[in-house]
Amino acid sequence: MSYIKKLITKLVLATSSALSFAIYSAENSDYNMPVGVTEVSQSIFGLHMLIFWVCVVIGVIVFSIMFWSMWKYRKSKGAVAADFDDNFWLEIGWTVAATAVLIWMAVPSTQVMVKAYDDAEGEINILVTGHQWKWHYEYMEDGVSFFSNLSTSQEQIDNKIPKGEFYLLEVDEPLVIPINTRVRFLITGNDVIHSWWVPDFAVKMDAVPGFINTAWTNVPETGIYRGACTELCGIKHAFMPVVVRAVEMEEYDAFIAEKTVLAESERMLTSKEWTKEELMERGESFYATNCVACHQANGKGIPPVFPALEGSEVALNDSAKHIEILMEGIQGSAMQAFGDSYSEVDIASVITYTRQAWSNGKNGDGVIVTPKDIVEYKKRINL
Amino acid sequence: MSTVVETRDHDGHHGPAKGFTRWLFTTNHKDIGTLYLWMSFIMLFVGGAMAMVIRAELFQPGLQIVQPEFFNQMTTNHGLIMVFGVIMPAFVGFANWMIPMQIGAPDMALPRLNNLSFWLLPMAFGILVSTLFMPEGGPNFGWTFYAPLSTTYAPSTVNFFIFSVHVMGISSILGSINIITTILNMRAPGMTLMKMPLFVWGWLITAYLLIAVMPVLAGVVTMMLMDINFGTSFFNAAGGGDPVLFQHVFWFFGHPEVYIMILPAFGIVSHIIETFSRKPIFGYSSMVYAMASIAILSFVVWAHHMFTVGMPLAGELFFMYATMLIAIPTGVKVFNWVATMFRGSLTFETPMLFSIGFVTLFTIGGFSGLMLAIVPADFQYHDTYFVVAHFHYVLVPGSLFALMAGAYFWLPKWTGNMYDETLGKLHFWLTFISVNITFFPMHFVGLAGMPRRYPDYALQFADFNAMISVGAFMFGITQLLFLFIVIKTIRGGKKATPEVWEGAGDLGLEWTLSSPPPHHSFTVQPQVK
Ligand code: HEC
Ligand code: HEM
Ligand SMILES: [Cu+2]
Ligand SMILES: [Cu+2]
Repeated sequence: MSYIKKLITKLVLATSSALSFAIYSAENSDYNMPVGVTEVSQSIFGLHMLIFWVCVVIGVIVFSIMFWSMWKYRKSKGAVAADFDDNFWLEIGWTVAATAVLIWMAVPSTQVMVKAYDDAEGEINILVTGHQWKWHYEYMEDGVSFFSNLSTSQEQIDNKIPKGEFYLLEVDEPLVIPINTRVRFLITGNDVIHSWWVPDFAVKMDAVPGFINTAWTNVPETGIYRGACTELCGIKHAFMPVVVRAVEMEEYDAFIAEKTVLAESERMLTSKEWTKEELMERGESFYATNCVACHQANGKGIPPVFPALEGSEVALNDSAKHIEILMEGIQGSAMQAFGDSYSEVDIASVITYTRQAWSNGKNGDGVIVTPKDIVEYKKRINL
Repeated sequence: MSTVVETRDHDGHHGPAKGFTRWLFTTNHKDIGTLYLWMSFIMLFVGGAMAMVIRAELFQPGLQIVQPEFFNQMTTNHGLIMVFGVIMPAFVGFANWMIPMQIGAPDMALPRLNNLSFWLLPMAFGILVSTLFMPEGGPNFGWTFYAPLSTTYAPSTVNFFIFSVHVMGISSILGSINIITTILNMRAPGMTLMKMPLFVWGWLITAYLLIAVMPVLAGVVTMMLMDINFGTSFFNAAGGGDPVLFQHVFWFFGHPEVYIMILPAFGIVSHIIETFSRKPIFGYSSMVYAMASIAILSFVVWAHHMFTVGMPLAGELFFMYATMLIAIPTGVKVFNWVATMFRGSLTFETPMLFSIGFVTLFTIGGFSGLMLAIVPADFQYHDTYFVVAHFHYVLVPGSLFALMAGAYFWLPKWTGNMYDETLGKLHFWLTFISVNITFFPMHFVGLAGMPRRYPDYALQFADFNAMISVGAFMFGITQLLFLFIVIKTIRGGKKATPEVWEGAGDLGLEWTLSSPPPHHSFTVQPQVK
């Protein structure tokens, strides 16, 4: 028996030292869970390593006995099978031992869970809405809101130009939060279910249409934190990353102030007289960020799922219907309502653009839709 | 021996019909078993080809081979086919072949129903696969088909998918009724429940699970059908419905489903380990109780797939504790297999190699399952490649290894010919190595943060993904060798004795029949002491 013991000890030592070397050299690297920057993410990392080592120890014990038996009792060496097929106390023993280990694991897991799920109000509350396929952020206290789109170019994705350092992990407008502040996220979905994940905060919460989930964080270090959408949400599921910029409080205040001014000037734009060229220019860039995913840059769509806008009856000759579609979306389809989330200027310009672009200007009635038309439409609908 | 002679005569009166109608009209448990096995073998290559498309696209970052829309159709159909078209029917094939022979019965209790259960399946998969060739493309919402992506936002071919799931469900329910009836009514005299072979036990429990949860699956797809076509709002928040309800109903089916795919495997592996250890299975009754408690617990852990949907704290904790509990009976089974090998007299033929591979790698899958059960940690693991690694470890070197082990174990019995041992061992080692090259690095990319169901990924995941793809291609090609070995064995080879494996004669009734066994397995009931 002492021979067995020695052998097992040796095996355990050898395997575990090899493994711990592998794991420790891998910590904080691309092989392991990120430790993250928040208290919660760090305790989760601790839990992860704890349960990992528990598994390693159990594994080493079980597999050593198994491989040793395979070696020791091989028939080619003349082993003769013993004749036992149960052992009551042994079986009770390992069942109890397994249960004890699990209870021992459950205690810290419960503690971390309670902390992670603490649902108190935040000092700052942000409504995060998942859209196909971009995130919308709204600062509840300040009324500031914006969309955050993937900023990696299609050429990089199609391998036409070299990929940048933050390929698929970069957006046009990151979410900005202050450090050392309790930030609460109210997370919901606009169309299908998405899931908002920032590994360094250990925040992953599903964005479910019709429901608002909450999560919170308190980030102690400034920096740029990158995450992803983790619930399959359609074609561009891999192309709607999350980027959060954590900054000093002063910088955050400045950011909010700037955004407020911007929103105000945006509102002013509605009453301005727009020329066709101005609308076209603005519409083209709006189209490029918001419509190409489905209708494609050349307006030809991906039939039969996403219809072509070039040559579409609506875009050629029915401007009233065209406005309605953009404002209300098309029920039961992937064509969402844009009216609630974007300004009158944006809606008017993208409609004008799609009515003029490609061959549409030449083949259609050429009606130009202005921001005022959208304001009119809104008035009519509210009556 | 006289039994065998008698049966042979009997065959003379009405042996199997000839030609295609033999297979179309057959009511014979062995013929139907063969049909099931061949169908799942074919589907393995169909689903495997889809996996190859997925891995080819993921070999490098960027979009090279397919567009995201088609990629999503590949992941969805790969999952559906592997679960419903490979693992499940293959185990039913084994059930058909082995249950009558293991309990000393002439055939299944309900032979015509058996024929129907099988022939529904090619229809179901014909419908499912045909959607890929329709203009809007096939299902693209993941094998878990979460609403509203699979309802409001689905291609219209989702209706074919729903019909196909209904048909598969009917097939499974009919098959289960047949299996339960056979086991409860047709055991040889003297074979009490606690003397039943473990494979039979595994299937008895599995069949009850199937009858309990297949109607739930049928229910959830019917609710989808109503939402899509008849204006209801079960899962549509805009109409007052709840998308999360879908997940609750789906996983109430889904979690027992994963045990449906592993309990028969437990049975097969237990037989093989005791045979090649030349020592009866350790803790037979705790093996049975473990399977039964796994089955019961599997009804109260479903929401561990939904830890991030925003359940209340009490719910999260309950499902964490329940899930951790399920690891205990699973662990007991592993301990018992090891204890069976301890002080045995071991040889390492191909079935034993696959079974040892099973015990080792399935256990690794169990460990990652335990890690996933820890709710706070699951916030980081959920919907990443870590989960993909977990379920592939329990399903590929788990269920699929058990199927391969079982095939090598019983092929000599089924065909009367020994398989080629050298090729078998080669198959094992190539498979074992490539499985690990494919699935082990998935743990790392998952932990490092790569979400699942992504057609494209950030640059830091590139190296591991290339490695995974290489492993996957190796694994895929290796299975052609398996096909070759199976065909070679069917066509000829060293003649197998009735006992096939040294000492197996005492271990199960199937080894008392000739190899290949007579058309109606036992026409005279054997007596079990
Ligand atoms: C998520 C994919 C998606 C995006 C993004 C999208 N659409 Fe659509 N769109 C659709 C689908 C799908 C339809 C067809 C719906 C139907 O008829 O059932 C559609 C229909 C339309 C139609 C009506 C076409 C016709 O001939 O009936 C117009 C106009 C339109 N979209 C404009 C736009 C504009 C402008 C944008 C950008 C602001 C946009 N869409 C963004 C998916 C999308
Ligand atoms: C020790 C036993 C096991 C435990 C504790 C366990 C636990 C879990 C948990 C918690 C998840 C959800 C992970 C997530 O999505 O975040 C999961 C996923 C999964 N498990 Fe297990 N598991 C065990 C055994 C098995 C077995 C035996 C099988 C099948 C043979 C299996 C198949 C699956 C599958 C298919 C999924 C993923 C489903 C999906 O989202 O597509 N598991 N497991
Ligand atoms: Cu997504
Ligand atoms: Cu589960």
